[in-house]
Amino acid sequence: MAKRLLVRGNEAICMGAIEAGCRYYFGYPITPQNDIPEFMSREMPGLNGEFIQAESEIASINMVLGAAATGARAMTSSSSPGISLKMETISYMAGMEIPCLIVNISRSGPGLGGIDASQGDYFQAVKGGGHGGYHIIVLAPSSIQEMYDLTMLAFDLAEIYRMPAMILGDAVVGQMKEPLIPHPRPHRELPAKDWALRGTEEGGQRVVKSLFLGDGELEAHNWKLFAKYRDLAAKEARWEDYETADATLIATGFGSAARIAKTAVAMAREEGMKVGLLRPITLFPFPAKAFASATEHCKTVLDIELNTGQMVEDVRLSVARDAEVHFYGRPSGTGSLPTPEELLEQIRRYYRN
Amino acid sequence: MPTIEIDELRCKGCGLCTIACPKKLITLSEQINNHGYTPALFQETEIKCTGCALCAEMCPDVAIKVFK
Amino acid sequence: MQQVFRRPESLKDVQTHFCPGCHHGTIHRIVAETLDEFDLARKTIGVASIGCSVFLYSYFDLDVVESPHGRAPAVATGVKRARPDRFVFTYQGDGDLAAIGTAEIIHAANRGEDITVIFVNNTTYGMTGGQMAPTTLPGQRTSTSPYGRRSEKEGFPVRVAELLSGLDGVAFSARAAVNSPRNIMDAKKQMKKAFRYQIEGKGFSFVEFLSACPTNWGMGAIEANERVGREMCEYFRLGTFKNTANL
Repeated sequence: MAKRLLVRGNEAICMGAIEAGCRYYFGYPITPQNDIPEFMSREMPGLNGEFIQAESEIASINMVLGAAATGARAMTSSSSPGISLKMETISYMAGMEIPCLIVNISRSGPGLGGIDASQGDYFQAVKGGGHGGYHIIVLAPSSIQEMYDLTMLAFDLAEIYRMPAMILGDAVVGQMKEPLIPHPRPHRELPAKDWALRGTEEGGQRVVKSLFLGDGELEAHNWKLFAKYRDLAAKEARWEDYETADATLIATGFGSAARIAKTAVAMAREEGMKVGLLRPITLFPFPAKAFASATEHCKTVLDIELNTGQMVEDVRLSVARDAEVHFYGRPSGTGSLPTPEELLEQIRRYYRN
Repeated sequence: MPTIEIDELRCKGCGLCTIACPKKLITLSEQINNHGYTPALFQETEIKCTGCALCAEMCPDVAIKVFK
Repeated sequence: MQQVFRRPESLKDVQTHFCPGCHHGTIHRIVAETLDEFDLARKTIGVASIGCSVFLYSYFDLDVVESPHGRAPAVATGVKRARPDRFVFTYQGDGDLAAIGTAEIIHAANRGEDITVIFVNNTTYGMTGGQMAPTTLPGQRTSTSPYGRRSEKEGFPVRVAELLSGLDGVAFSARAAVNSPRNIMDAKKQMKKAFRYQIEGKGFSFVEFLSACPTNWGMGAIEANERVGREMCEYFRLGTFKNTANL
């Protein structure tokens, strides 16, 4: 029987990162992600890796930039305000086409906000939170097993598409414990890192940069980045279908909100309602086609988020024209996490047989 | 005989070599080069170049070669 | 007859974008000569910053990574930690290093990162048009201190080489100038010492170069060159402020 471990979500991310070959961690303390730097500070020295608690969020993402520019797997983690500080460099890395992992165990905002579970960073994560018009890969785990699995996937996708990847979680999936079955990193064909810096003794000059001043250079570069986003949408969209085949109402949501919604959907099924859950696992690329095909037969969608309505915009852009999209949100603060019963009430409100 | 060679297409006419030359053998030309600068001009008189290379050391554009 | 002065190999044979009389070109050449002397170029990863110095990769035949404004020491930290067998240096101006990047330089230095930082101090923001820098001298007029820098409101020029020498993580800190052949010879010696610190794994090394910016100072090249000796060397003393291994 496979080994089962009872671990915290933040630790599962570290275990996944180490299994994926990440040996460079740079971070800065902020709640609710401190388990990650603490775990990595314990583990990196024994793995011949490097751990630095940097002077700031800004410095830590720039250390990631430096290490990753040599082709090494490198990561940082933070929570919402800290991720805002990293945004300038994330834009640089998107422009420089540097793969890396950024973990956002997000908290409630705006501003200092609170430390409760929140999904207020959806727009920032998937729409390119920094300047200049770019995207990064965004994965949204909703279980401890996924915190582990998607961390490994994030490193691979980042390298295949040469761009930063983000795990977007919150205190619910970050700090709760659940059984995890560790497993070896799945094999994936990865491209050669013919761009990584190594000194010219191994070939001609290599430059990793985002400044393009020549006639037409920057436009061509932007179209090149855009082509990767289109490729990602075609090949890498991932989602979970739960009881959607015969559903007349499909609930949706990501990460921790989707966990609660799933319980509510199961309760609705017990009451005999034909309700399902469509849960995006990749937020960028957004699984638009899954929504389009699900709403060919099911015309009612209920989107549930821990904010005032962010992913719902992408859902509305993705569904069939005659589908209705309803939204139920709890922008989070202390005591704002919705209960399954509360969500069941919303399902009853919109459910038509 | 020591001598220098000024790449007049690289020279930006800043004149720092003219103050570096202990023998005062470098002046700025009155002709403009294809970048619009008046490049440095090396002209020996009865005083000869010693190949000390101070002009080349001062040149920010590495436009001077020195032979000795 | 032999050629006794030639372009260093690690410096590409191209025209720079620097203005006439700008000392960046001289400092580039000193860095390249030192890389060549220690046969380092092929195992070097350079870290470029923001400002006139960003085109490092256009002029040096080296692997180079760009950094966001001020973050070069953090980027270099990441590079060196991932590739400790490589020679890693940053090349930064005064706006980049002494203003927006203050935290990164202080902490990279304080961690004693095994990197070399080359700091070009020309008392102004060159690329953006000559605005006031943290190193602008008292009374100096710039495009954002049109009445001259008033220390009571705008503070004092930051003496970075001295400041860093106070940190235990710093192994070598010096200031040089390139406004005369004699100062250039001294500058080369300082550059060599700084590189030796990294080559020998002896810790963080730093050299500040005083540099002329004729265009933004509103001076001719010769006048600007003289100002370095007359005004800058008065405020920013040349010399070695820390040399832990007595190299």
